[in-house]
Amino acid sequence: MTLATDIMGYCIILAFVIVGLCQLMAMIRVVIGPNTGDRILALDTMVVNAIGLIVLMGLSQGSRIYFEVSLIIAMLGFVSTVAYARFVLRGDIIE
Amino acid sequence: MTIEIIALYAVSVCLILGALFTLVGAIGLLKFNDSLTRLHAPTKVGTIGVGALLLASIIYNGVFNDGAIQELLIMAFLFVTAPISANFIAKVNIHKRACDKPPELPRQEQWSTYDVPASDNDALVEEPSERG
Repeated sequence: MTLATDIMGYCIILAFVIVGLCQLMAMIRVVIGPNTGDRILALDTMVVNAIGLIVLMGLSQGSRIYFEVSLIIAMLGFVSTVAYARFVLRGDIIE
Repeated sequence: MTIEIIALYAVSVCLILGALFTLVGAIGLLKFNDSLTRLHAPTKVGTIGVGALLLASIIYNGVFNDGAIQELLIMAFLFVTAPISANFIAKVNIHKRACDKPPELPRQEQWSTYDVPASDNDALVEEPSERG
């Protein structure tokens, strides 16, 4: 039991490091992205990575409150991606 | 070897799988050299990456707490909305001329993605005061 618990603790730490690294790489793409589409795509990826980080945080703390948080962030990320793309395409969000 | 130990190893495997697929998606987002090619890479983050992390959470909470069903909601929402946002981002890339032009249309028609927004034309022609 204790060996498995230790291994899961190390795996959680490793997943935190890797997903945080991916968040940084997506942020680099936001900065250097040559087009608007690349920036929107990188921001969408950052939202998905943030959902992964929050799920990892709920897993490491054993708390159940983080699922509502990640659900709300998923909805907000989708709406903001569509709104940004819609603004670029049509010059207006709600016509 | 009880069910708790098996569940802990399954959670570890799911965590490593999700983290690796997230890393693959981020590397692809950073290394590909075309806008529409870059659109291909982060789909791995949205499906298997976050999906495996949520599966790890489902297994952990199902064994050690009383079961959890909210993760399935997040997973279903991400799977449903990923193609829609990808379609919008592809349309933005076409609109900004960041990729090859689509084939010409017959009968002097134009792709609607290339249309300049009507509010831009209004702003050029007349005063924007009447729009408030």
